[in-house]
Amino acid sequence: MTETPPPEHGLDHASDHASEARADERPSWFDDKRNAHKLFWAVVVLCAVLFLADAFYHKHVVFDFENWFGFFGLFGFSVSFALVLVSRELRKILMRDEDYYDR
Amino acid sequence: MTVEFPPGLLLILGAIAVPLLRGRARPIYMLALPLLGIYQLILLETGSFGTVSAFGFEMTHVRVDRLSLIFGYIFYIAAAIGVIFAWHSDDRIEQTAAMVYAGATIGAVFSGDLISLFIYWELTAVTAVFVIWSARTKRAYGAGIRTLIVYMLSGMLLVVGTALHASETGSIAFEHIGIDSLAGVLIMLGFGIKCAFPFLHNWLQDAYPEASVTGTVFLSSFTTKLAVYALARGYAGTEMLIWIGAAMTAFPIFYAVIENDLRRVLAYSLNNQLGFMVAGIGIGTTLAINGAVSHAFAHILYKSLLFMTMGAVLYRTGTAKGSELGGLHKTMPWTTGFCIVGGAAISGVPLFSGFVTKSMILTAAAEEGYLIVFLVLLFASAGVFHHSGIKIPFFAFFAHDSGKRPKEAPLNMRLAMGITAFLCIAIGVYPAPLYALLPFPVDYVPYTTSHVVTMLQLLAFSALAFATLQRFGLYPPELRSTVLDFDFSYRRLLPWLWRRLEAAGMALHGLAWRGLEVGSARAIRAAQRHHGPRGILARTWPTGSMAIWAAALLGGALLVYFR
Repeated sequence: MTETPPPEHGLDHASDHASEARADERPSWFDDKRNAHKLFWAVVVLCAVLFLADAFYHKHVVFDFENWFGFFGLFGFSVSFALVLVSRELRKILMRDEDYYDR
Repeated sequence: MTVEFPPGLLLILGAIAVPLLRGRARPIYMLALPLLGIYQLILLETGSFGTVSAFGFEMTHVRVDRLSLIFGYIFYIAAAIGVIFAWHSDDRIEQTAAMVYAGATIGAVFSGDLISLFIYWELTAVTAVFVIWSARTKRAYGAGIRTLIVYMLSGMLLVVGTALHASETGSIAFEHIGIDSLAGVLIMLGFGIKCAFPFLHNWLQDAYPEASVTGTVFLSSFTTKLAVYALARGYAGTEMLIWIGAAMTAFPIFYAVIENDLRRVLAYSLNNQLGFMVAGIGIGTTLAINGAVSHAFAHILYKSLLFMTMGAVLYRTGTAKGSELGGLHKTMPWTTGFCIVGGAAISGVPLFSGFVTKSMILTAAAEEGYLIVFLVLLFASAGVFHHSGIKIPFFAFFAHDSGKRPKEAPLNMRLAMGITAFLCIAIGVYPAPLYALLPFPVDYVPYTTSHVVTMLQLLAFSALAFATLQRFGLYPPELRSTVLDFDFSYRRLLPWLWRRLEAAGMALHGLAWRGLEVGSARAIRAAQRHHGPRGILARTWPTGSMAIWAAALLGGALLVYFR
């Protein structure tokens, strides 16, 4: 991916500033795939800790279901997962070419 | 000391000098105006002034109370931040329009009657469109025109509703209106257009991402939050708004997941955040109204922060599309950091502003027993974290390396982002000063173990969902695309229907014309046969023709009367 698309907003100065990657630059911490895996497992561990935290405090709730063990975590995970999968399907119906309205 | 000067007028009249100033003087002057405005608000006492009687109605130009004051403060703050962010800009049209736009919004907030409100309402519409046009692109031009038409519709609804309301109640005072009368419904729809109610929302996603780097920052703060103020003033406790608000929180996030233009993603999440405020207004308890108003306050800050970070990216790289970006954290670390702060604030991460405001609305919904609404708002909270808190920073600054190595944002942009990021954190860490400004006394403690842990669970697990989907390649990649929304109906469907109608009309017209030609030719031939030189009725025997006509008339009379 080195091709630079034309600036969208008439920002002719923008392309002057957006220089390309140099061969001798130092890779960032995020470039290493192993670190991405570390991050993933860090999130997993964080979730596990937060899930178990439900055992150690009194939940102040209005609805009964909020008291289910780990409700907010499981709810958050499942709706986010569903959100993305539904959106993927929506794309099949709603996605058009970039210049759809400009033609 | 008398400070009884209409607050909005300060910026509107002050803007006259903006195009005349050159160099550094202009931004300095433009920054001084909103700061002076904040100083004036501090000195203003509650009450009203500028009362004029006209046409038998009492117009109150300025009404100062707790609700108008808090919106006044945040709009001035937003204007000041916008000026700093645009410090480098030499676009005098955009800057003048933006100043008048901010002033008109503030004027509208302090309007004590519906006619003053209407005048400022229209002024915000026109100036906002000028800000959109200032991008000077073909797309911005088109989006501006469409937005103008929608805004004019809003103004029409407001003026017709006001006239009806005045004739029914005999008053034009802008107090609680409600939807018991047609007038109330019309005015609410007028507000609803600018608040981006479902199906009335699309001007927002259409126009805001087409404005300039600096213009969008102004746009994101004013119009929609003025509408939130107007709804809070006129329609607190209107149950329908709860459902409208809940719908608004939910549907835009599906679009936000698949939209490629990151500024458009932000426009969708703006729409989603408005939903929380509208739902809070609909619930209408003191806790809910406090929640809605404080959320508007916090929202203006973190939303303009997010638009500033994407603006900085656009400024430096020429694009804000997820498909073209990635890896920018290497050369734009400050902007990356500010974007993450904005994302944390909008997502309601504890210690950031969104947490201490949104949780009030969620708690109010639960306490009033709105089970479904509570679950929808919870879903929307997870969803907004998903696209604003993770997707935007991830695809712009991390993800796959685009190879772009833009310079860090200019100093003035970093300063504006830094101040705003600071405020997002300050409100989250120490919400007391914000709570003290709210319309009702606050008896709410955001930082309980229960609140903090449940919110962290919701967010961490939705981050886990994102990470899992990414890891297994299920997350929809950013693609160059247009995603059809409701604007399809008036950008494609209606014109298509119109063309079909036109074609049908032309066909019908041709058919009718042919019929007329053939018919008239036949009529002429028939007339010629009977009345022509050799026609039977043209003979010089009038008695004969008289008898025929008399017989025809009598026959006709017989048919008509003999029933």
